[in-house]
Amino acid sequence: MTRLSALFLTTSALSVSASAVLAEGELNALVWCDHTDPALIEPFEAEHNVKVNLREYEGTGAALALLEQSRPGDWDVLVIDGIDVFRAVEANMLAPLDTSALPMDDFFPEVVMEENNTIDGVTYAVTEKFGYNTISYNSEKVDEADMQSLATVWSEKYSGRISIYDYYLPVMGLAAIAGNVATAEIGSGDLPAIGETLSTLRSRSASVAGVVAAQTALATGEVDIVVGGGEWLTAVLAEEQPELTWTIPEEGAVRWAQSIGVVEGSENPDLAMEFIKYIISAEGQARLATSSCFWGMPANAKAGDVLTDMQKDVLRWDSQPDYLALTQLYPAPDADLDIEMQDLWLETLQQ
Amino acid sequence: MTNGGQSLQGWGFVTPALLWTIAFFVVPFLVMGAMSLATLEGRTLIWGVSLSNYAEIAEKAYIWRAFLVSLEITLTVTVVSVLLAYPLAWIIAFRVPAEWQRLALLLAVLPFWTSYVVRSYAWLLVLAREGMINQAMLGIGLISEPITLANTRFATVTGFVHFFVMLLTLTIYANLIQLSPNYRRAAMDLGASAFQTFRYVILPLTLPGVVTGAFLTFVLCIGDYVTPQILGGNSELTVPQVIMVQLGRRADFPLASALAIALMAIVTLAYIFSARWLRLDRL
Repeated sequence: MTRLSALFLTTSALSVSASAVLAEGELNALVWCDHTDPALIEPFEAEHNVKVNLREYEGTGAALALLEQSRPGDWDVLVIDGIDVFRAVEANMLAPLDTSALPMDDFFPEVVMEENNTIDGVTYAVTEKFGYNTISYNSEKVDEADMQSLATVWSEKYSGRISIYDYYLPVMGLAAIAGNVATAEIGSGDLPAIGETLSTLRSRSASVAGVVAAQTALATGEVDIVVGGGEWLTAVLAEEQPELTWTIPEEGAVRWAQSIGVVEGSENPDLAMEFIKYIISAEGQARLATSSCFWGMPANAKAGDVLTDMQKDVLRWDSQPDYLALTQLYPAPDADLDIEMQDLWLETLQQ
Repeated sequence: MTNGGQSLQGWGFVTPALLWTIAFFVVPFLVMGAMSLATLEGRTLIWGVSLSNYAEIAEKAYIWRAFLVSLEITLTVTVVSVLLAYPLAWIIAFRVPAEWQRLALLLAVLPFWTSYVVRSYAWLLVLAREGMINQAMLGIGLISEPITLANTRFATVTGFVHFFVMLLTLTIYANLIQLSPNYRRAAMDLGASAFQTFRYVILPLTLPGVVTGAFLTFVLCIGDYVTPQILGGNSELTVPQVIMVQLGRRADFPLASALAIALMAIVTLAYIFSARWLRLDRL
């Protein structure tokens, strides 16, 4: 190593430790993986001279268990599935959120989702990102016209060329939509019909895969269709493999949304609020929408002023009014129905 | 030193390990046992003494099937790994010159240096329809169109065997290398054929090493979540996968704990079955 490079490394190390020492505070956030992109977090850290500690989780149950096992004040910010905000509120884990300082008027109206984020007139979270669990496919391997209907997507023609996204709620939501059952109205009585659709889908699929495995399967040609996929699955691959794309069939699809709020008992409520303001600002939203982990639509429509044309094309920015009209929020079952749905899902996987 | 002094010194040596075991095995196990007797009402955890989670395990067919799948995969992996590892360990111990044995062992354990998850995804690429194996078989005309290898039980078993052959090779090699060559020479002098020498002399003497490695393979394999999740493509569910589903969204720790206890019961049975030959000191 040359003296110059040694000096450079030493200086860099000193400046890193100095910045850590000089950081005025720390913010602890329990998040989904899209928030761990340095391109999203570093501008906030630099602006506020703080260190943001991120803990990634999968599954609301895991997050709530983690919060339960923590001391009050350990966590400041929680990112949570929009349909599960009420669970965090029931467990007294989210603090009321003052939305007067937030640009709520700039949000796509359909994703403000007051029915999820506001309970008994008190707002606890705001939507920060949304997208669709729908159909991702390889446009060079399938007839694109077939992808416009759920009936033809999982027809015999594509047997063995389908992967199913490994999360029961959106996939069962799609199965419900295929049977003309609204996702918000799924009840125990609908499960036999949903189960039949799932069985058909399962019998024609090659795998049931998580995010990375589904991306790998599509990218390597192991499968040509991912049921339950969407922009979040193929957008990060768009530059290298533009043939991997997605659509919303005529029957509709399922919409997912993630919300963000301040954890009850946070020791840094003001900083947590600043973080939320940043995340839902136009710049923060554009960075979150194009996170290296997964892409998704920003809740704040003003992010469109920051995103590039190419990024907006991949996100299907101009089609959002149609897509929002055509899609339904994915099922939010109560505890008992949740058990029934999960059992049905596992029984189908074991067939 | 007096007996009392020796006893105190003995406790001094044992205490750290004892505390470690109590803190990180006994206490978590007791908590898990207590949790398995609790219930989840709605989304509220109710502590108590209820066998409802064990009843649920007995009632649900997909859970039984998961236990069956786990056992089938684990037994297949254990048998295949032993059959592959024994000759490999034999070759390293008796055919590779002594000065090259360290290098051979190093090469044998090389796959351990890669991340377990990365290695599983690498297998997924190798076994894909457009992966190396299908391309090779297509190239030599063995098949006319790609066959499905990834996302199957075959893929899961392959990923496991790749890992556990290395582990078993080490345990069996450690056993073989301790055997005096005089045993073989004596058997040969007494007129035994090579096969008879192996069957009646070498194999019985190396059985503890084989059983020890097989037991470790069984324990690690039956409790593994990563390999079946990545390589199996959920074509069938194993018990650890069912446990993870209980935790992910619903946080059903009581049922997950009951499943974990049931899995431990199977491991305990495997231990009892193999205890006669187990020699963990040979590791």
